[in-house]
Amino acid sequence: MDRRNFLKALALTGATLTIKQSGAMTLMTQHFNAAPAPAASAYDLVAVMGGEPVAMFRKGIAEMGGMAKFVKKGYKVVVKPNIGWDKKPELAGNTNPDLVAEIIQQCIKAGAKEVVVFDHTCDDWRKCYANSGIEAAAKAAGAKVVPAHEESYYRTVSLPKGKSLKSAKIHEAILDSDVWINVPVLKNHGGAKMSISMKNHMGIVWDRGFFHSHDLQQCIADICTLEKAAVLNVVDAYRLMKTNGPRGKSEADVVLSKGLFISQNIVAIDTAATSFFNQVRDMPLESVGHLAKAQALNLGTMDIDKLNVKKIKM
Amino acid sequence: MLRKIRIVVSVTLFALITLYFLDFAGFMPQGFHSLTKIQVIPALLALNIDVLVGLLALTLLFGRVYCSSICPMGVYQDIVNRLAKRFQKKKRFKFSKAQTVLRWSVVGVTLIAFLFGFTFLIGLLDPYSAFGRITVHVLKPAYLAGNNLLESIFTQFGNNTFYKVGVYVASISSLVIALVTLLTIGYLAWINGRIYCNTICPVGTVLGFVSRYSLFKIRIDENLCNSCGSCGRKCKASCIDTKSHEIDYSRCINCFDCLEVCSQKAMKFSYPAQKPVQQNANGIDESKRRFMMAVGVTGLAATQVFADSKLIKTSKNQAKRTIAISPPGSTSADHLLDKCTSCHLCVSKCPSNVIKPAFTEYGLGGIMQPMLSFEKGFCNYDCTICSDVCPSGALLPLTMEQKHVIQMGQVQFILENCIVHTDGTSCGACSEHCPTQAVSMIPYKNGLTIPHINTKICVGCGGCEYICPAMPYKAIYVEGIASHNIVEIKKEKVEDVKVDDFGF
Repeated sequence: MDRRNFLKALALTGATLTIKQSGAMTLMTQHFNAAPAPAASAYDLVAVMGGEPVAMFRKGIAEMGGMAKFVKKGYKVVVKPNIGWDKKPELAGNTNPDLVAEIIQQCIKAGAKEVVVFDHTCDDWRKCYANSGIEAAAKAAGAKVVPAHEESYYRTVSLPKGKSLKSAKIHEAILDSDVWINVPVLKNHGGAKMSISMKNHMGIVWDRGFFHSHDLQQCIADICTLEKAAVLNVVDAYRLMKTNGPRGKSEADVVLSKGLFISQNIVAIDTAATSFFNQVRDMPLESVGHLAKAQALNLGTMDIDKLNVKKIKM
Repeated sequence: MLRKIRIVVSVTLFALITLYFLDFAGFMPQGFHSLTKIQVIPALLALNIDVLVGLLALTLLFGRVYCSSICPMGVYQDIVNRLAKRFQKKKRFKFSKAQTVLRWSVVGVTLIAFLFGFTFLIGLLDPYSAFGRITVHVLKPAYLAGNNLLESIFTQFGNNTFYKVGVYVASISSLVIALVTLLTIGYLAWINGRIYCNTICPVGTVLGFVSRYSLFKIRIDENLCNSCGSCGRKCKASCIDTKSHEIDYSRCINCFDCLEVCSQKAMKFSYPAQKPVQQNANGIDESKRRFMMAVGVTGLAATQVFADSKLIKTSKNQAKRTIAISPPGSTSADHLLDKCTSCHLCVSKCPSNVIKPAFTEYGLGGIMQPMLSFEKGFCNYDCTICSDVCPSGALLPLTMEQKHVIQMGQVQFILENCIVHTDGTSCGACSEHCPTQAVSMIPYKNGLTIPHINTKICVGCGGCEYICPAMPYKAIYVEGIASHNIVEIKKEKVEDVKVDDFGF
């Protein structure tokens, strides 16, 4: 091969590498890289109270059967906290950074090949990532923190079971992962009433405006019909935001409630967390419209009493 | 030697200020904004006495060092000139007469226009601001595209050093102005060196006047000079009259190129007590003078006409701002007109891409001046970058506490457009983004909540307007106010709430 041909080949290879997978390709292949069915755990839902975030998670995940049950050797894992706002951890606008770090470490211990952290933020993403403390904590724990502020990071996925939302652009990190762990923080929400596990899905999609303009509560339920459901939902209720959510104004909106919930059943965990919240501020389950709508889509049950629940007070 | 020092200093300052304008990732410390504060016009408008005295002293000592090394537009012209030499090996300059009348007419017209609120002209001609706009509107898109290219390559190999950024035009009018400035000044520099500096630039004219009295000057030792004329051919300011052995110090920009080219060592940068060469200002061109006056008068008249006309489109449900929202720290649009030269450093530095150059929203005199626009984002409650970097005092520095209570505009709600009202479904996106809860959700029909506004505590950040999903017309927007207010935000008491049980 002479030099000219060699250079041509090199250039062509380079150009090919930059071509991105198209949306259509994703649709065709999504069934093949969907997560394998997770192993059943001893409990449907574990609720922990009274400890520090890390200690509560350690206890809770042990009761769930350990992280290795959900994260297998060589997995690519996404840990998806709420990093929506340019707020320090004490203001409860975002997930607790210590909890995020602990989950990442347990994933790595369980043999995860790679742990990725991101959120589609509301405030300027660089400020959110930095001031939430999550970027630093996640990096220190060994995760890769990736951006989510540009549409090109997202790929269209169809949601055949959705009622209002028939397709959505989902962040590529979720689509390319083996499993993902949903780690919301427990907050009051001006529009959706509550922001918990289901509402946290709005941080994996690009076009949130569509949700708001096409029946928000229904769209929140619809997005949870995503074939690649979170393998675990971990609700951070160490600090909850009782008023002025989801952004909050000041410390006066925050309650140090020291709670934590873990479940694979997204409707059940959000129901449990809403009931927990209801102790601080009146929040009837029927007012949180997306709970019943998700139950109607067979995404889980609001009837916690019928589930195998483990409650731990520390 | 002097020439080499000049080149090193110029190139360093030029590279730093350009990079500072381009740097979106914040890898350059904020301290570099002092490079913009030492520029003449911003310092003048900010009444930055230390800088002004320093620059005056510098000029009185050594002449137009500002023009040769500190002004990025000057260095840009030298770069173009150097490129031109590559293509035209025999490029030569020759002495030309000073355009004294034209130069002072420009200064006069600019000054009068400024006093009458037509700030556009000084912003257009100020070399630093013009360079800033070229960097922000022409160079930066290329810089961002380059970043995205690197991002795609690095990410292929699993390296996350770079992240993607949106590349878009902040304002078509400012892009056009920046491009025309770039090409015009570039063309002039290509064909004849520092023409802009010595015929148009008001800073050049004033500093040129001062430098006639400077202590150190380039002087020709007539005893050594053999009248070869090479200094004159080398002079990109065309200010050396080799026949009469005179240098027009009002135009010499201290590039020291002549010192190096003189084989007789007859050119010296020295300070013998020699009377400065008086430039005769005869040869006044009457028609030119009339022309300049006509331009000035027409310009002034036009500002008055345009400033009074307001663009109000009234469609029933369409939210249309009638008063532009001036950035934090600007106190009012009038203050901007007094201080802002539209260098667009704030436009470039705003992390949320909220600051955009105005077209005629502030009137004709305020074309290119910064205003808030909520298409790409909203003003971050906990951010003071724009007012931190502004070199001319147009945006006065704010502490975080001051920023939190400054009202730049007031929220307006159009019920007929609101999703909750039209579709009967939940939304609340506006309230979600409101940092002071000037937009809060109150009970509505069927267990729904609907926005309720309290303009008294609205800071005008535009979070609500940016995020409102109502189509085609937004249900909530921010209306500008004539001058900024201070809002009173009540401090809420922290209640001690205990949670003892699971609640289910």
